[in-house]
Amino acid sequence: MNISMLGWELPPHNSGGLGVACYHLAKALAAKGTTIDFVLPYTAAHADVEFMTIHHASTQRPIPYSATGVYDSSIMTEGSSLRELQRQYTTFVERHITNTPQTYDAIHAHDWLTIEAGIRAKELTNLPLIVHVHSTEYDRSGGSTGNPLARAIEYQGLIMADRIVAVSAVTKSIIIAQYGIPADKIEVLHNAIDVASFDNGYLYDQRTYSYLEGLKSEGYTVISAVTRFTVQKGLTQLLQAVAKAVDRYDRLVLLLAGDGEQRDELIALAARLGIADRVFFTGFVRGKQWRDAYSVSDIFVLSSISEPFGLTALEAAHHDTALVITKQSGVSEVLHSMFTYDFWDTDKLADQLVGIATSPALQSSLKKNVLHEYARLSWDDVAETLLTTYQQTRHGALV
Amino acid sequence: MNKAITLYLHVHQPYRVRDYTVFDTAVSHNYFVAPDPLSNRNNEKIFRKVAEKSYLPMNAVLLELLEKHPDFKVSLSITGVFIDQALEWAPEVLDSFKKLVATGQVEIVAETYYHSLAFFFSRSEFEAQVRLHQQKIKEIFGCDTSVFRNTELAYNDALAAWAEKAGFKGILAEGWDPVLDGRTPNKVYRPAGTTDIGLLLKNYRLSDDIAFRFSNRQWQEWPLTTDKYIEWLTNGAEDGELINLFMDYETFGEHQWADTGIFDFFESFVEQWLSSDQRSFLTVSEAIDNNRPSAEVSMPQTVTWADAERDLTAWLGNDMQHEAMRHLYALERDVLRTQDATLIEDWRRLQTSDHAYYMCTKWFTDGDVHAYFSPYDSPYDAFLYYMNAIRDVRWRLYAHHQTGGLHG
Repeated sequence: MNISMLGWELPPHNSGGLGVACYHLAKALAAKGTTIDFVLPYTAAHADVEFMTIHHASTQRPIPYSATGVYDSSIMTEGSSLRELQRQYTTFVERHITNTPQTYDAIHAHDWLTIEAGIRAKELTNLPLIVHVHSTEYDRSGGSTGNPLARAIEYQGLIMADRIVAVSAVTKSIIIAQYGIPADKIEVLHNAIDVASFDNGYLYDQRTYSYLEGLKSEGYTVISAVTRFTVQKGLTQLLQAVAKAVDRYDRLVLLLAGDGEQRDELIALAARLGIADRVFFTGFVRGKQWRDAYSVSDIFVLSSISEPFGLTALEAAHHDTALVITKQSGVSEVLHSMFTYDFWDTDKLADQLVGIATSPALQSSLKKNVLHEYARLSWDDVAETLLTTYQQTRHGALV
Repeated sequence: MNKAITLYLHVHQPYRVRDYTVFDTAVSHNYFVAPDPLSNRNNEKIFRKVAEKSYLPMNAVLLELLEKHPDFKVSLSITGVFIDQALEWAPEVLDSFKKLVATGQVEIVAETYYHSLAFFFSRSEFEAQVRLHQQKIKEIFGCDTSVFRNTELAYNDALAAWAEKAGFKGILAEGWDPVLDGRTPNKVYRPAGTTDIGLLLKNYRLSDDIAFRFSNRQWQEWPLTTDKYIEWLTNGAEDGELINLFMDYETFGEHQWADTGIFDFFESFVEQWLSSDQRSFLTVSEAIDNNRPSAEVSMPQTVTWADAERDLTAWLGNDMQHEAMRHLYALERDVLRTQDATLIEDWRRLQTSDHAYYMCTKWFTDGDVHAYFSPYDSPYDAFLYYMNAIRDVRWRLYAHHQTGGLHG
């Protein structure tokens, strides 16, 4: 099977979960004998991708991933540099696929930034187009209409796709309700976690967050969120809940690892709520500081207003944390040993946080039981399902 | 009619907090020494730069004028944290100030050692810092102080009552119109509720003509000439016999660069002012000794010399500033009882009002002034680094006392 795969980022040049998911599903597909040509918008070196061929659509360097991610569709307007890069990407794909029309069995496009290129490739070659939805404009804008341009591109792609893969049932229902796409065109395929990729000699040495370790030895519970600071992530509600929780149980602190356009607002809000000294802002973290942010945590909260999947929850679980996740997050469909709440329900979240912090038995059972759940998720299964999808769309069985 | 000028210059540099992150907290106790020599939080770099642009050239001008004119008088407030930085990085700057004081025509004004707002948080800490400053002034300059100014000229009736009780003969404040209610700032007043202390009020219009407007080409009076300025001082709308020109020392060479002509202007202004027998300069003590208080002035609310509001909102105007100060002063007892000189010093350096000023978010009418004076990317960065430093102080307290526990 030969696949033309259209992506926007790969580790280490990724701003979030999209790059991680693309990397692992491509790797798992390749392990099953699939040949993949992966098109990226930028030029950069990628180690550990010898299992596929990478094409660079422009000579641009990777987009800096500090504050705004590639998901930041709000900055996308006609004439913007992001729009320009997107056009270059489409032009490259058009040329590339025209020169090699017979080699592919399907076009697999990931998310809105590559969708136009996917549509053009399908038009030029009549190959089946699979649109893989890792997030929608509805999610990114925190549950509203969002940027009309991004939304229009998405809509067009969802219409034109021969098959749509959604990373969760939550996402599938958004595609149905917000974009009017028939349910039987969409299949749900949850992300997985590659545990082996995490255990390359990492050892938690308790040194990165010394002050937090000091607090823990004093009986404090460390709550964390590892995320971009955007409205989608529901962090203002998280701060309000932590303030309520601290009112009832004093020994709680919150580690906010990440950066984004909401940072200043969150700093000011923490001060207004009187919990400024309970909240630790790390800035954007990578590598050991990023993994240690999980390791130092007792409770990981995924507070998103709308989260198609939420890979960070699996990463956190792997680093031995108890999970609290909004019902609006797709990852809650594959895990059970955790607490869930509606993103607006700060009373309930506060209650859950205090409950976990004050009950060692509850906390340790949550940590232990979730291990079995995420370990069942495998990229190998994801690849197996995708291969079936490619096969079916090629024969037109589902069209 | 005889007229006298009281020229008072405020000399200060804070110990700015470096980019002190979560990852430094509980690991490094160095808050004030930025490793990057080019950082805008590198205190040594800034001190040397301002020394070159302002302290050394202005002191040369002042010394020349003082030696040439025995009637030229200047009053200076020099913070303890300024003296400490000068001792460490530019002793020649301190020597040049000593030469000024040695002429006998320069008076040093008392204040808090750490340029703090302690008066509003802890009376005992405030008094300790005033004492420390007096000791330092005695040690460096060999003189005593008799007039008091509080940080940022933050003044109220309670402060005046305190200063009187502490034995000061005079105190400085802003000559703010809503307080004066039509009266002139150009007289000595009696603070409400006192009997034995004189109040000198800043003539902010004439002071700010130099300090803020001198180089502003949009100002309709630009360029400010000596003749024009002296005309305003003598024949303008100014009644009263005493004109108090209070400003930051760094006006000369730092806020107004040398190429604006500020040094030449100052020199010719002093020369020309003294060319008439009817005009003189006074130190702050002389101004109080020579003039009976004309009437009582009351400021129950705190008045400062900053911003359009003349209040404390530049330092205590938003939640971050209140949080930061609350957590800082909550540590007072635990810090002091360690008797650990380094720890106490660090805690006190964190009291310098500039830290709170950098967290100011009222960017609008007063905004550009704050932006200009902040070495940080944003008030939020200033707040984060500062809070991390507070946490580290807690860490050290816990390590010292082995009790009480850490806080979040």
